[in-house]
Amino acid sequence: MATAITPQKRSPWPAVASPSNTPTGSRAVHAPVLTGIDARARHLMPIALEQLVANGPVITDGAWGTELQARGLDPGDIPDLWNLARPEAVAEVAQAYIDAGSQIILTNTFGANRIRLGDHVPASQVPEINRRGVQLSRQAAAGRALVFASIGPTGKLLLTNEVTPETLATAFTEQAQALAEGGADALVIETMADLTEATIALEAAKTTGLPVVACMVFDTGKDKDRTLMGITPEQAARALTEAGADAIGANCGVGIERYVPVCRRLRNATQRPVWIKPNAGCPTVVEGRITYNTSPAEFAAHVPDLRAAGASFIGGCCGTNPRFIQAIAQSLHPTAFEDSTLARRGREGGQAQQGLHEPEDSTGSEAAPR
Amino acid sequence: MQDIKPLYEAILEGREKDAEALTREAVQSGVDPTRIVKEGVIPAMAEAGRRFECTEFFVPDLLLASRAMKAALRILGNATDPLGRVVIGTVKGDLHDIGKNLVAALLEGAGFEVIDLGYNVQPEQFVKAVQDKNANVVALSALLTTTMGSMRLTIDALKQAGIRDRVKVLVGGAPITQKFADEIGADGYGDNAAEAVTVARRCLAV
Repeated sequence: MATAITPQKRSPWPAVASPSNTPTGSRAVHAPVLTGIDARARHLMPIALEQLVANGPVITDGAWGTELQARGLDPGDIPDLWNLARPEAVAEVAQAYIDAGSQIILTNTFGANRIRLGDHVPASQVPEINRRGVQLSRQAAAGRALVFASIGPTGKLLLTNEVTPETLATAFTEQAQALAEGGADALVIETMADLTEATIALEAAKTTGLPVVACMVFDTGKDKDRTLMGITPEQAARALTEAGADAIGANCGVGIERYVPVCRRLRNATQRPVWIKPNAGCPTVVEGRITYNTSPAEFAAHVPDLRAAGASFIGGCCGTNPRFIQAIAQSLHPTAFEDSTLARRGREGGQAQQGLHEPEDSTGSEAAPR
Repeated sequence: MQDIKPLYEAILEGREKDAEALTREAVQSGVDPTRIVKEGVIPAMAEAGRRFECTEFFVPDLLLASRAMKAALRILGNATDPLGRVVIGTVKGDLHDIGKNLVAALLEGAGFEVIDLGYNVQPEQFVKAVQDKNANVVALSALLTTTMGSMRLTIDALKQAGIRDRVKVLVGGAPITQKFADEIGADGYGDNAAEAVTVARRCLAV
């Protein structure tokens, strides 16, 4: 594994701190905070994902687009542009996930490649949008969480010659380099349906020297266990491992219960840690509003299964929000949750369960981000 | 009688060059183009659609088959009268066209004439195309929940132009449901690309 650190350099990154080491104050941090995230140390050596997950699953974050919409982003507008236009709103989303217990947060850069953004901003702005995206997440994290920068698909098909491999490689390399310059701890390639595009993105991301998580979206076929292009978890895991991914994953999709078997199959097909970020079920339209049918509590009820299936990183995708992350944190770290949060919330008026059982809804997200 | 089976297989397996060569060969040896379409092209695309529907085929298989089909149809020209004339597009505000392309390919493969307006198609563009091409089906696609509303706007525009009754409106796409189709007054809804063909045929009774 190219980005593994040598044993003697291991000490700066104990995987998880005990709850007593977590920052205190008004903010509720429900899960242990990953420690040892020292900017100077990070420049010396990239983090090692396998060591990060050695003590159990690490909690990632939830959806960004719908959270930005809750802060005024118009449905149909491009979230990535808010890194420059409304940075305070982007920082708020990052902050909300950290407060909810995310140990890793992503960045508002999912669509920030020049192929997607090309029609909306001058090409010269693309690197800046990516750098700002990472900086906003890093500032919000303030050392309490790692920042894994998001790279999504271009939306163009290689198969129909809508785009060439060279154009993809150029776009992904530009984005990955900018994300690295912004100070990302690792890169996450997400929501890929085409294994060729995923591999090109992975190769581009590897040029930064950062660890790379490579994820695909399994939402097609009788058992919803293939990508749109027909790729199975085994095919994805083997090809992406071979191409040098440091973790392999599945995100988006049709709900957390479908990702339990997908997780197990990824786990069995690679030695790398497995990253899982499912949707909160399938979107349905109720009175013109998009509703996801899974509540945080229902979502979290599958977290033990996901853990048993070998997931090392757990978070949510479309339709999830900070309350889902809280519910995941509570499921993975019940003791920490009871000791600190429940007690504190109890003192503040017994609101610890607030929101955990309500159905989720949000407006204007993509039904399937591809 | 020349065997059409190799052409059928070339299309189904997405071998564009073979499909093209076999079609040319058949035409040159005097096979009736209508027979080539009816016994080769249409059954091949129907089988491709069937396999897609029961998930034996995935998007790449269908795209390759449709590419091979188009190579054959380029040589055959208008060998058969179309079942109907379809104006298809992804609605205003939506830039996703994979699903729409699959539906267009299967409709064409089933014997419809397809006028593809592309993506981010304004309601007025649909109206104009229906008028100019004398189409009798309008097929609307949307992948985004945020652009589903453009389907209603398009139907409204057809009404305002006084041509709503001349066409059957079909809708489809990831967030679309039968219930939504009924709400906006569409004539048909297809859950997948293969079903879109069935629905189009049912609406026109062909």
